[in-house]
Amino acid sequence: MAGSGDASLPDFAVQGEMIAMPIELEVNGKRYPVHYDPDTPLLYVLRDELGLTGTKYGCGEGQCGACTVLIGGAPRRSCQIPASAAGKPITTIEGLEKEGQLHAVQQAFLDAGAFQCAYCTPGIIMSSVGLLKVNANPSSAEIVQFLQGNICRCGAHPRIIEAIHQAARAMQGSGR
Amino acid sequence: MSGSPEKFVIEPERYEFSAGPMHHFELLRRDFFKLLGAGIAVFTMAKDAGAMQETAPARGFHSEELPKEINAWLHIGEDGGVTAFTGKVEIGQNIRTSLAQTVADELRVPFESVRMVTADTALTPFDFGTVGSRSMPTMSPQLRRVAAAARDLLVGVAAKEWNVPPEGLKAAEAKVSDPASGRSLRYAELARGKTLAQNLPAEDPVTPPTEWTVAGKSVPKVNGRAFVTGRNQYTPDLRPAGLLYGKVLRPPSFDATIISYDDTAAKAMPGVVVVRDGDFVGAAAPSERGAQKALDAIRVQWKEVPQISSREIFSYLKKNAADKTDDRYPKQSGSMEEGLSRAAHRLVAAYTISFIAHAPLEARAAVAEWADGKLTVWTGTQRPFAVRDELASVFHIPESSVRVIVPDMGSAYGGKHTSDAALEAARLARAAGHPVRVFWTREEEFTWAYFRPAGVIEIKSGIASDGKLTAWEFHNYNSGMSAIETPYVVANRRIEFHPVPFNMRQGSYRGLAATANVFARETHMDALARAAQIDPLEFRLKNISEPRLRAVFEAGAKSFGWPRKKTQEGHGFGLGGGTEKGGYVATFVEVAVDRASGAVRVVRVATAYECGAIVNPDGLRNQVIGAIIQGMGGALFEAIEFENGRITNPHFASYRVPRFRDVPEIEAVLIDRKDIPSAGAGETPMLGIAPAIGNAIFDATGVRLNGLPLAPNGVKV
Repeated sequence: MAGSGDASLPDFAVQGEMIAMPIELEVNGKRYPVHYDPDTPLLYVLRDELGLTGTKYGCGEGQCGACTVLIGGAPRRSCQIPASAAGKPITTIEGLEKEGQLHAVQQAFLDAGAFQCAYCTPGIIMSSVGLLKVNANPSSAEIVQFLQGNICRCGAHPRIIEAIHQAARAMQGSGR
Repeated sequence: MSGSPEKFVIEPERYEFSAGPMHHFELLRRDFFKLLGAGIAVFTMAKDAGAMQETAPARGFHSEELPKEINAWLHIGEDGGVTAFTGKVEIGQNIRTSLAQTVADELRVPFESVRMVTADTALTPFDFGTVGSRSMPTMSPQLRRVAAAARDLLVGVAAKEWNVPPEGLKAAEAKVSDPASGRSLRYAELARGKTLAQNLPAEDPVTPPTEWTVAGKSVPKVNGRAFVTGRNQYTPDLRPAGLLYGKVLRPPSFDATIISYDDTAAKAMPGVVVVRDGDFVGAAAPSERGAQKALDAIRVQWKEVPQISSREIFSYLKKNAADKTDDRYPKQSGSMEEGLSRAAHRLVAAYTISFIAHAPLEARAAVAEWADGKLTVWTGTQRPFAVRDELASVFHIPESSVRVIVPDMGSAYGGKHTSDAALEAARLARAAGHPVRVFWTREEEFTWAYFRPAGVIEIKSGIASDGKLTAWEFHNYNSGMSAIETPYVVANRRIEFHPVPFNMRQGSYRGLAATANVFARETHMDALARAAQIDPLEFRLKNISEPRLRAVFEAGAKSFGWPRKKTQEGHGFGLGGGTEKGGYVATFVEVAVDRASGAVRVVRVATAYECGAIVNPDGLRNQVIGAIIQGMGGALFEAIEFENGRITNPHFASYRVPRFRDVPEIEAVLIDRKDIPSAGAGETPMLGIAPAIGNAIFDATGVRLNGLPLAPNGVKV
């Protein structure tokens, strides 16, 4: 796909905000042409150009994890990655639900009431989905370690840890 | 604001501001059925306008004024759906859910059939603000009364239909039934084909907590699914057609003013609108980056003024206290001289409180749109009606031309009482002729929001040989009056609040000054207990007469297992507690201090909380545990640092907030008092954690820490 982050990509002719040749991103299984400047952080492209506002701005500095998305299945801070460097297919919080069925992690967060204001929730859910991909049955200590870069200001941490354990059990049970 | 140069004296409790004007009731009523469809609408008047004013219990420093006429309304649709209205905002405290429970309970309908419309100045009753833990004690009864009035009206409609006296009829399970004949009519049937609007007096009594069926139980958060799928739209997620992105040029330091200005290059950029209005400079463009580029192209020189730094803040506060103490405090009784002369142990100590930031993960944001001279603003604020009034005043338009809508918020913690982003977005939108969004960056949020006030607290005290307090003198400089009064019994006491004129923006924060006052008091109480060699819990219980406070200390102690024997090197145990806003809290903590590095780890917390009748136990537990975790930040490491009018740590990398690794094992004991009206729970559960940690550190190390934050760089043992 275009916009693979390959350094050999041609320079785009930039005239003001107009990009002569748009890059393309694959988000939640759908391909989108992107007209923003290709070095714009992915977060702004997702939110402002593609209208995928489930991914949140929290700090723009890679410090809070609110903007976490999966790139090629791995959790990444979308505020720190130029759109042109995404390279691999992107999954945002909007892409987890399949045919009206919540992802096990979403369902577990809902069941555990693992949020208050829930502004951090999409980022933490994406981090958790990424964690469970590489560690199907993490210990509490491993969850804490993995989520150290995600800030929750309301203090839902104990319920979040519990929700991830629940999701891990559910996913093992269903063989996902 | 935007670097407004005028100094102002601290407003220790921002929710004291006088109430705004009346809502536009007639206008609303005409539109009511158009908006909600046919059915039955009920409007209630405050039962007793005087009583609704909430002038403070005894002390007189909450002058929260509710409107004196109609103050609540709800609608029952032809499908039996109930829509209830409240000016309160959802900030994650779960108010939409708890209030829907309240309405369902009183109206005798299933929880799922109630929809709450919140915080929209065009639709909801005037509300002073979602502040000061007032939603449960004032909004909950208000909604119960309107629901009870609606229930009576439905019974009356059924009685008329059947031509029987209403007294024998019963309302339950969303229907009115007649036990005599066995007939029943669903609310939906009673509402069908009607456009019946009635003003009814708000009558007591409402259903007592012992008879609650929907309230008092844990129900899941309304609309929870939208929050885990990213579908919930917070203010920064709104994208009306034609939206432009606005940015504001911030001065390099507080109070800086413009001395030269050239925006020629910025104005030449395609699609960019630049506004200069006094010291306000902003730009709007089709993308956020475009707006930033425009600001970067503006050539501006600022005149800065020298200002103090965080290093000297405490001596500044002491030196610059106003001549006159706040006349709502002093409070004095007995004689300090006599009290001290009877004391077997005396103690004098000073405590300091640093500025801290609310740091809500959703920074300040607003989307503003003008149409036909009317302004609509979506914004994250705790005080939508105050923001409406400020917008009307700033833009010289009538209040009826301004509508403020508050989407559910990425929280606030007392930090979003102001209208900053709303004013900025509205100013840019007016110039642009397009809707404009302003969404503060993290650095802007840290720098240009307001802070929890810093303070110095001095205490002089004495206790007799039996451990009873004989004298208590308490001076608070700048941090505020909330919970300044001691809940312990002492005949000789003097309590004073000293405001300090100051140019940093400081204001409300979750728990207000109660966190500071309780920290100082409970740390001091611990030191007194140590001086008298009495167990710190026993010492408190000796000096408590209030049974509710005693109950939380005892319940917390039982859950924690107090007193504890030390079994591990570097571990220590401490407690702290208090009361404010009708809530009672006691918190017990175990810490571990690493001898080599001085690092403090909170190992375990047990906390007991009581706030009257519990409306939603699961929601309450979430609030209590959340308050403990958030409170750990201000207790251990949060402090805003500043130098010459600049915040020097305006990033999460340099301003440390609690993260997953900081979170201990937490046990919350909730005491349900069905005989006492519900009080709030957003704030008071936070009060005990800081002194409990400090007292546990003393227990572990023998080092007494008298400043918040306690150990940003660990404890030097």
